[in-house]
Amino acid sequence: MEEEVNKHTISVLVDNETGVLARVIGLFSGRGYNIESLTVAEVDKRNSVSRITVVTSGTPMIIEQIKAQLSRLVPVHKVSDHTGEGPHVERELALIKVACSGEKRVESLRIADIFRARVVDSTNRSFVFEITGATEKLEAVIKLMMPLGLVEVSRTGVVAIARGEKPI
Amino acid sequence: MDDAQLTGSEIVLKVLVDQGVDVIFGYPGGAVLPIYDALYQQVAIRHILVRQEGGAVHAAEGYARSTGKVGVVLVTSGPGATNAVTGLTDALMDSIPVVCLTGQVPTHLIGNDAFQEADTTGITRPCTKHNYLVKSIDDLARVLHEAFYVASSGRPGPVVVDLPKDILQAGAVYTTSRQTKHKTYRPKLKGEPDQIEKAVRLIAGAKRPIFYTGGGVINSGPAASRLLTQLVRMTGFPCTNTLMGLGGFPGTDPQFIGMVGMHGTYEANLAMYHCDVMIAVGARFDDRVTGKLSEFSPGSKKIQIDIDPTSINKNVMVDLPIIGDVGTVLRQIIKRWKEGECRTDEKAVGKWWKRIRAWQGRDCLAYEMSDTIIKPQFALQRLYELTKKRDVYITTEVGQHQMWAAQFYKLEKPKRFMTSGGLGTMGYGLPAAIGVQIAHPDALVIDIAGEASILMNIQEMSTACQYRLPVKIFILNNQYMGMVRQWQELLYGGRYAETYTAALPDFVKLAESFYAVGLRAEKPDEVDGVISEMLATDRPVIVDVVVDQMENCFPMIPSGAAHNEMLLGPDDKAKTPVSEEGMVLV
Repeated sequence: MEEEVNKHTISVLVDNETGVLARVIGLFSGRGYNIESLTVAEVDKRNSVSRITVVTSGTPMIIEQIKAQLSRLVPVHKVSDHTGEGPHVERELALIKVACSGEKRVESLRIADIFRARVVDSTNRSFVFEITGATEKLEAVIKLMMPLGLVEVSRTGVVAIARGEKPI
Repeated sequence: MDDAQLTGSEIVLKVLVDQGVDVIFGYPGGAVLPIYDALYQQVAIRHILVRQEGGAVHAAEGYARSTGKVGVVLVTSGPGATNAVTGLTDALMDSIPVVCLTGQVPTHLIGNDAFQEADTTGITRPCTKHNYLVKSIDDLARVLHEAFYVASSGRPGPVVVDLPKDILQAGAVYTTSRQTKHKTYRPKLKGEPDQIEKAVRLIAGAKRPIFYTGGGVINSGPAASRLLTQLVRMTGFPCTNTLMGLGGFPGTDPQFIGMVGMHGTYEANLAMYHCDVMIAVGARFDDRVTGKLSEFSPGSKKIQIDIDPTSINKNVMVDLPIIGDVGTVLRQIIKRWKEGECRTDEKAVGKWWKRIRAWQGRDCLAYEMSDTIIKPQFALQRLYELTKKRDVYITTEVGQHQMWAAQFYKLEKPKRFMTSGGLGTMGYGLPAAIGVQIAHPDALVIDIAGEASILMNIQEMSTACQYRLPVKIFILNNQYMGMVRQWQELLYGGRYAETYTAALPDFVKLAESFYAVGLRAEKPDEVDGVISEMLATDRPVIVDVVVDQMENCFPMIPSGAAHNEMLLGPDDKAKTPVSEEGMVLV
């Protein structure tokens, strides 16, 4: 009985206390779950709450376990599986460094324009582009920039939020 | 420091007293000297000095499991904390409420590789339910109270509080009182009414039902055992216990069909295999219970009651999960059952019992008796017969003797059987017995042991003797690490690599060297005599029972096999050789 493995984007609200990120990451490594991307930042200063977004993959049974395991950690307020719970927005930001000259330089600008990437740094021999979007869009740009002199990529990992008026 | 201020150490002790703690298990060292100094100057809390920190945690576990209270441990930084790790992991696996206070180097030295420094919160994060590093004296009291709450509520577990030495010496006003609410952590106790309704309907319609009950029943408290017994008797269904659940339902009740799992009874395992409704109560479908997952109870609807959502659908998909406290949910089910004037399908259940009685007719725990050599099962049967009228607390080490103890020592009440179930920690039984005896000074406490396991924490004999704890250590001595040897026999062609102990001590003299009493039985007709003498001795006793070296523990489900593929005895060969897949599961 092989069940289908799917990618899930999960948001976790946690108390911003020492070791909380290690607790979450340790849970994933200790129990053999995947982490495809991970982001974390404080989102509520007054109550000292951070939001961790994890992209993971697994069978429905594993995903259910991951959610239950996360929920039972003491400093965790809320766990939300965006993929399982309905419409949501996912975004990722990348900074892409392309070192090139001549026709390739023009071409890289053209591609950046198509994907609405912004130039945030420039020298005679390079650009740094900033691009925001879904993971697939970022990957498309990176793929196109590769033959043009792509030398470095820095990505934030996915953040996500549910559509509609209701908070997490 | 003004008058209203207390030192960190005094705050620690004040919290313990406020939490109703009257005994702690520990071992001093540099980083916790301030606490020991404060302990010296008070009388409310008794400190039991163990001989190694690992023993302190097991003793606290024994204390906690036999009382239902939180067991408290105090150890120093570095090696004190790392020695406690096995016990903490053991408590996590078996859901035992323990608060472990660890010393730490002063905050300004943390991360400096200071003397006896270890990253205690880092090391213990995966082996505790939660842990804390106290970085400010103002947090100290709140964190300690919270530690007790987290350890004892929901699914219980161990909690570490790491205490830097400068915090212990600083001063603050103690204001926080016992807290019961936490910002985020709130375990769910009551089952959803519609789930209760569905459970009642499933129970009423069951034709081949079984109650499969585990440690959650014990952990939920004595009421849960009473309610379980009430529900089982009301329905007339058979009941099996996991190793952790033994005593949760009376072991001599006619509706009890023995332990389930790898060394469970033939009838319990076959009933699990053939049932149509399984009611899992505080049990987590552990691999020692389920055997081959794909063939685990293939035709049944499964109800699972558990306080921990992660226990649901982890190994086995269940049809009706009920998240809540076992006692609370059982009460809800019984109430609904009575309100609805529900009835079971008596005719079908009667037929089911006929099948179970036929399986029981196989007498799966039978063994070949001998006049010349002591069979380990015989020794345990005699121990049971000669002590069953008393309120006995049993602890065990890990191995064959543990399984025989579970099979032959029938437990009538909860909190009477302390064994390392999940982690399988050899060396657990003696320190656990010490913790039990501290909690119940007048009770009969017996550690059923093997000669290999007992040597893992034999130093705690010194603790038992210091506090005049009359624990009885009943060693089934076969000179082998018997359970490992049994697997080598079954799976590795009888190549007994390193499982024979060639230089065992003389356990009688060993006992005497600790100023305890040592006894030995070598022939079957000596067994009753040494047991009587052991019971008549009001001091720690080691009984060295020299048993059949090659006896194996049956029945047995070879790893990777299903419940209906049990081996019943030495002449019973597995239908198919154990697969490679099975071998990795040993």
